[in-house]
Amino acid sequence: MNIVVCMKQVPDTGSERTLRPSDSTVDRDAADGLINELDEYAIEEGLRLAEAHGGEVTILSMGPQRASESIRKALSMGADKAVHLVDDALAGSDALGTSAAIAAVLGRIGFDVVILGSESTDARMGVMAAMLAERLGVPQLSLASKVEIDGTDVSINRQTDYGYDRVQGSLPAVISVVEKINEPRYPSFKGIMAAKKKPVETLGLADIGIDPGQVGLAGAATEVVSFAARPPRQAGTVVKDEGDGGVKAAEFLAAQKLI
Amino acid sequence: MAEILVLAEHSGESVKKVTTELLTLARRVGEPSVVWAGAGADAARERLAEFGAETVYVAGSEDLDDYVVAPKAELLAELVTQHAPAAVLVASTAEGREVAARLAVKTGSGVITDAVDLSDGLVAEQSIFGGAIIVQSKVRAGTPIIAVRPNAVAAEPVPESGRGAAQVENVSFAATDVAKSAHITERVVAERGERPELTEASIVVSGGRGVGGAENFALIENLADSLHAAVGASRAATDAGWYPHQFQVGQTGKTVSPQLYMAVGISGAIQHRAGMQTSKTIMVINKDPEAPIFELADFGVVGDLFQVVPQLTEEIRKRAE
Repeated sequence: MNIVVCMKQVPDTGSERTLRPSDSTVDRDAADGLINELDEYAIEEGLRLAEAHGGEVTILSMGPQRASESIRKALSMGADKAVHLVDDALAGSDALGTSAAIAAVLGRIGFDVVILGSESTDARMGVMAAMLAERLGVPQLSLASKVEIDGTDVSINRQTDYGYDRVQGSLPAVISVVEKINEPRYPSFKGIMAAKKKPVETLGLADIGIDPGQVGLAGAATEVVSFAARPPRQAGTVVKDEGDGGVKAAEFLAAQKLI
Repeated sequence: MAEILVLAEHSGESVKKVTTELLTLARRVGEPSVVWAGAGADAARERLAEFGAETVYVAGSEDLDDYVVAPKAELLAELVTQHAPAAVLVASTAEGREVAARLAVKTGSGVITDAVDLSDGLVAEQSIFGGAIIVQSKVRAGTPIIAVRPNAVAAEPVPESGRGAAQVENVSFAATDVAKSAHITERVVAERGERPELTEASIVVSGGRGVGGAENFALIENLADSLHAAVGASRAATDAGWYPHQFQVGQTGKTVSPQLYMAVGISGAIQHRAGMQTSKTIMVINKDPEAPIFELADFGVVGDLFQVVPQLTEEIRKRAE
């Protein structure tokens, strides 16, 4: 089985993240770049599917040169190879442009299963699985908390507000996973050493037949008009519980007409 | 005035609150028309009119319920082609965002998710990076598709004299085979009792590491029930298996924006703040006075939650009598 896991390098959520004043894009140099946390679950699920059903796991990442560090980390978890889509013209792409570029790579390298995290911690849109399924014309098996594959049949538990839906489709398919679907493994020392020799293919826009005008900041269908730091919340009242903390809290709620 | 399509979220004939919020915003920038997928539209007409719907496009096809989001995107794409609306508004729920995503690809349109406000010129406000930065964005290609965070704006009914007509227009619709490739075979409803849905609730009470164990979540649930609130949990609590994962509030969970958010035994790491920072009023109960969550508190109690929470619950119940 040809399993492709889409992985995004994102700014460390533990650091102070900002937009660049010059073009309102994410300032990727201001913070360390890490594998998007939900994509770690996608990588783990890909590895488990390969272990259970045979096949190869390819990491696909679109991002600047420095994303190669995260690609190596994904390989050290056990993926077999990687494709890095890197092109200056991609900088500042919106979701529409990003999905067009990634779908073009997937069309070129082929796949039975595409797996990705349900959203990234930087943009938090949660749209990529749906956009890729739409562009590729394959089943959208998104928000999976469980994945089962039997031959070409695939079924998932799709997380909902009320519980979950059982959803069925057939391969090839796009799957997105939610946290808790598994416990991502840590790279072993052997894995880290092996990752250094694993093949990483680098592609640019010319290789995948995408017009640079369709992607990047200039080709984006959305634009940031302005941005500003959120004004700090007005300092509230903090009391120490002296046996009446609950009563005081209720008084506050009553004064705010919340009860 | 320009037509704005609003995709209704509903459960049978019951209109979800977020739909009335979307209609309120749509009135600000044009004339709202509702797109109603599935049954129940006739009974819902009055409610939709109350919030200014002029037209209700109704597609009753079972395709819309039995398959994952793609048929809804096809329905919207057909309506966008026929009526050339000025914008499409959907709820920024997991499903709403996915419908928006597919519609964006189909129509070559820009999509903005998780908007917390909408102003003239269809400029959407978003709150990003855990609420640290406020961004004004707009769509510059195709038909603007904007997903709006539930509870971000207050739903306002139209004065009686100016109610919308909510004229029903039936739409015949059948999904294509490719849109029917992800088939929903069963819907499993987890026990939730009578509590409101997390993202729709006006009040959310969340418990974290300080709660100390699954059995102690009864304290949080009791407090929530005294306020008719939803229950949330921090990642520490869901990771420990104390509360089901779908109730996690935070960066990798749900984003909520209630009138009142109560953080109990939660330290307030960025992971959690990202999911609740735009709440209108925030109350904190935590024994550690240095916990960063106190920076967000409109009212905080430094104390043992096992003392403070039962007292607060009792006091709320007493006042409600």
